Amino acid sequence: MTSPSDLRYATSHEWARLEGDIATVGISDHAQAELTDVVFVELPAMGRSVDVGDPTAVVESVKAASDIYAPLSGEVVEVNPDVEADPSLVNTDPYGKGWIFKLKIKDASQFEKLLDVAAYETHTS
Amino acid sequence: MPIQYTSIIDEHTAVRTNCGIFDISHMGQFIVSGPNAAAWLNRMLTNNIAALAIGEGQYTLLLNEKGGVIDDLIAYRSAENEFFLVVNASMIDEDFAWLGSHQDPQAELRDESNLWAGMAIQGPESQAVFAKICPGETLPPRNGIATLASGAIVCRTGYTGEDGFEFFTPAAAGIAAWENFIAAGAKPCALGARDTLRLEMGYPLNGNDLSPERSPIEAGLGFFCDLEKGDFMGRDVLAAQKSNGPTLKLTALQYLEKGPPPRSHYPVLTTDGSVIGELSSGVLSPSLMVGIGMAYLPAEYSKIGTTLQIEVRGKLFPAQVVKKPFYKRPVP
Repeated sequence: MTSPSDLRYATSHEWARLEGDIATVGISDHAQAELTDVVFVELPAMGRSVDVGDPTAVVESVKAASDIYAPLSGEVVEVNPDVEADPSLVNTDPYGKGWIFKLKIKDASQFEKLLDVAAYETHTS
Repeated sequence: MPIQYTSIIDEHTAVRTNCGIFDISHMGQFIVSGPNAAAWLNRMLTNNIAALAIGEGQYTLLLNEKGGVIDDLIAYRSAENEFFLVVNASMIDEDFAWLGSHQDPQAELRDESNLWAGMAIQGPESQAVFAKICPGETLPPRNGIATLASGAIVCRTGYTGEDGFEFFTPAAAGIAAWENFIAAGAKPCALGARDTLRLEMGYPLNGNDLSPERSPIEAGLGFFCDLEKGDFMGRDVLAAQKSNGPTLKLTALQYLEKGPPPRSHYPVLTTDGSVIGELSSGVLSPSLMVGIGMAYLPAEYSKIGTTLQIEVRGKLFPAQVVKKPFYKRPVP
């Protein structure tokens, strides 16, 4: 799966899609392939404020629990009930149905600071 | 072994429904021989080795003076006065040193761990895979040991709860044997699946569920300790615990609802919030798709049906004490 070019990426393998002031966040195909079988996703509480780099969600495989870090600062305004019901969506559709949470952000320049797709693919090669 | 070759769930499922193969070359093999071999091993191990016929094996434990577990192992009688012991990889040196420091002059102890490559072939199709690779040979019965015409040693045991065998071949022939078994249909399986398979059966793992601080009576392994066979290392501690009842018991716990996978060291609490122990082992069971684990708990909380709680990252999830094994093979 090639990384979508409209997304930006953190070195810790989260992706963000920015639409207006809402950032949708998930983990990359590279990350889900390393984790393998995602069996549980712990979603953040609605309304929670996070700073860039804060552990915000947890994705668990059979063997390990992995923190998912906020790629931008903001307030949690939506979480994905589908990955709670079916955690394997993170593996099968990491950039689509496997999204994890949405943040209302204040500082769009943080999005620019993330890696673009070329830089992320270099980072993971 | 890595944690997985492909996916823990796929590897686990392959063993439960078909055939998987584990590289167990890291495990240790000791040969104990001589006129006093059986008598000496009976003083050092908990189970009654004198009861083994040639070709038979048994699960047994090596204890320290306090009755705590140094290692769990399988001992086979390979000849009248010769025994083949298969011990955990991480304990080879310590087991050897302990046995050596309690040596009987009329028994010989040899460490052959470096001579043997080992692989465990496990699953309902394991017998068919064996027949493809070793035509004309027969697997020994459950818990048995046999030497094949090729010089390979095969033991009808495993750590998965499925039919299967452990295959030991001279080290130089290991890679070829591994590749042959894979070509015959065995799927490579690694540490993650090894852990989920054994925990579904309620089998303990040395280092997690067994330790030098806990006795086999506390671990629920009294069946493998023959207190009537004569004196052995740790016997008095075990006898006292058996007659008074142990204060701590290794208890099987299963989530009552969906939750994050239970893992070692997660706290175990009563329903009114008191911490009474921690998980020594925990996984999401791939066969049952529910969290399972084991913990040493005060005996009064170890009755089947007791409701407790497991804490995961500050949240509490209800769990119940259940009878082992967690997983029972479906009857065809």
